[in-house]
Amino acid sequence: MKNNLLKGLVLVFLMGSLVAKADMTLEIVTQGAQMTPIAVLPFAGDGMGNHDLSDVVAADLKRSGLFDTLDTHGEIPAPADVDAVKWDQWQSQNARYVVVGNVQEDAASHHVKLNFRLVELPSRMAHLSLTFEGSAEQYRFVAHHAADAILENITGYRGMFSSRIAYITQHGSARSLKVADSDGFAEQSMLNAQEPILSPRWSPDGQRMAYVTFELNRPMVVVQTLATGSRHVVARYKGSNSAPAWTPDGRHLAVVLTKDGHSQIYRIAASGQGVPERLLISEGIDTEPYFSPDGQMLYFVSDRDGGPQIYRIPMNNLQGAPERLTFGTTYAVSPRLSPDGQQLAYIQRDGGAFHVMLMDLATRQAQPMTDTTLDESPTFAPNGKYLLYSTRMDGRGQLGMVSTDGRIRQKLSTRTGDVYEPVWGPLQ
Amino acid sequence: MKKTLLALFATGFLAACSSTPTETAAPAPAPVKTSAAPVAPAQPLPKEPVTMADYPAKGVGGALGQRTIRYAFDKYTVSDEFMPVVSAHGDFLLSHSNAKVILQGNCDERGSREYNLGLGQRRADSVRKILMAKGVKDGQIETVSFGKEKPVNPAHDAAAWAENRRTDIVYQGE
Repeated sequence: MKNNLLKGLVLVFLMGSLVAKADMTLEIVTQGAQMTPIAVLPFAGDGMGNHDLSDVVAADLKRSGLFDTLDTHGEIPAPADVDAVKWDQWQSQNARYVVVGNVQEDAASHHVKLNFRLVELPSRMAHLSLTFEGSAEQYRFVAHHAADAILENITGYRGMFSSRIAYITQHGSARSLKVADSDGFAEQSMLNAQEPILSPRWSPDGQRMAYVTFELNRPMVVVQTLATGSRHVVARYKGSNSAPAWTPDGRHLAVVLTKDGHSQIYRIAASGQGVPERLLISEGIDTEPYFSPDGQMLYFVSDRDGGPQIYRIPMNNLQGAPERLTFGTTYAVSPRLSPDGQQLAYIQRDGGAFHVMLMDLATRQAQPMTDTTLDESPTFAPNGKYLLYSTRMDGRGQLGMVSTDGRIRQKLSTRTGDVYEPVWGPLQ
Repeated sequence: MKKTLLALFATGFLAACSSTPTETAAPAPAPVKTSAAPVAPAQPLPKEPVTMADYPAKGVGGALGQRTIRYAFDKYTVSDEFMPVVSAHGDFLLSHSNAKVILQGNCDERGSREYNLGLGQRRADSVRKILMAKGVKDGQIETVSFGKEKPVNPAHDAAAWAENRRTDIVYQGE
């Protein structure tokens, strides 16, 4: 019943708690046509320490655009386990799955433990019976892992709720590089600056971030360790130093330097030690390097043929001719590879509009993914099923998210100011 | 805002194919430990030295009083309109060997931030090449690109974009 009404449905979630504030709000613009009804019942013993894990699990599943999360707030008292569930009631509401569980909080260790089961209807077969445990302060992280397990069990692809995103926020000249849960909660600042910050890029292990900072009045590439805040300059050569891209082994970065003239691509140790090795030589601007997931192929933007277009070249034949991938537009930039290496997301200019495009590399067919007009910086979710990007909506820089099948669209907004340069972190 | 290291223990097993959900859970296997890296704010970067130098007097008129070169979309050549401006600054640099300029290339807000950084660098370099052709020494010129990060006009229309596609001539020590 409820799973028919979904096209154009607009929902705004404003979820709050004393522990984690909503730094960004999520708006689901369109959802999948075929959504699976699921009842995430309140967890017995939950809500004691200002946490509400069942709400976080339900919100994650809803955010995927794949589930119709049934209203379960009338379920009082919360059933502690399967024998207390009103199965007939949920079956009559067409629930395909029921999540039932309990939360135990250990006051001494300050830990929460979530035990839950995922039960399919009408068979009442238990598909999952899991326990997740974590610190009470980061109870959302425990719930995100539970939601990932549920998503993976039902859909067959890996969850992404327990991964994190990074992005830049700006109010006037005040910029911050921030890290948050993928739902925009638990936001933390890595860097506050009055000067531009660009191109944050997670190391493959998620422990470090490379980015471009203008704190010393010209662009330099630095690497910062998230846990300690310590950072070192990787590239501060004459002119501009930008566009870091990690090699998949996390030991090197491709960077764009102008020390020898115009923007060209070099490789440098992530430690910043040694001499940069020039990878390509062209007369044009070469920028936005991006390695394929296996590290064998270098994707990049170049205006060697006139306007900016996307090219690729094998790392073992850098003296050869790069292969051009984009045609039929005067402006194609910001290449990003899907985690399986089969799809290419990028930004293309059509007339006056800049759209996120998605190309199937096997067929070279590309589709516009958005209807906004000033899109930038696409980034794949670690499961490859969603693209996050920045755009201008309602006069501000905001983040949009679209499923790679194009059916699910959402936006993430800050309350004030601009947000841009999103980048999705690896699964931890 | 350093957070305590989160130790998350995920213990899981599949109770697949159990015909009734009332079946009790089996004992938990050894926990799998994962952790979310805490985030600490950045430590400061070491500062670069600043030197004192000559620059044109405040309020100077004519071409030397102009500090901005403008460009068409996705273009980086200096048009005839702005040649007198570049030329006047070249003459100043030739007669003041102690003077140093920073040429700051800028773009409008459309398109990729990184490509715009490259384009801004091209714009600054286009001015640098003309100055060098006049005989200005390499050591007197520094180029930098701000890409689209420092618009002079924050509006989002064609007039603002035209204002923002520019190279600014800034004298060191000014």
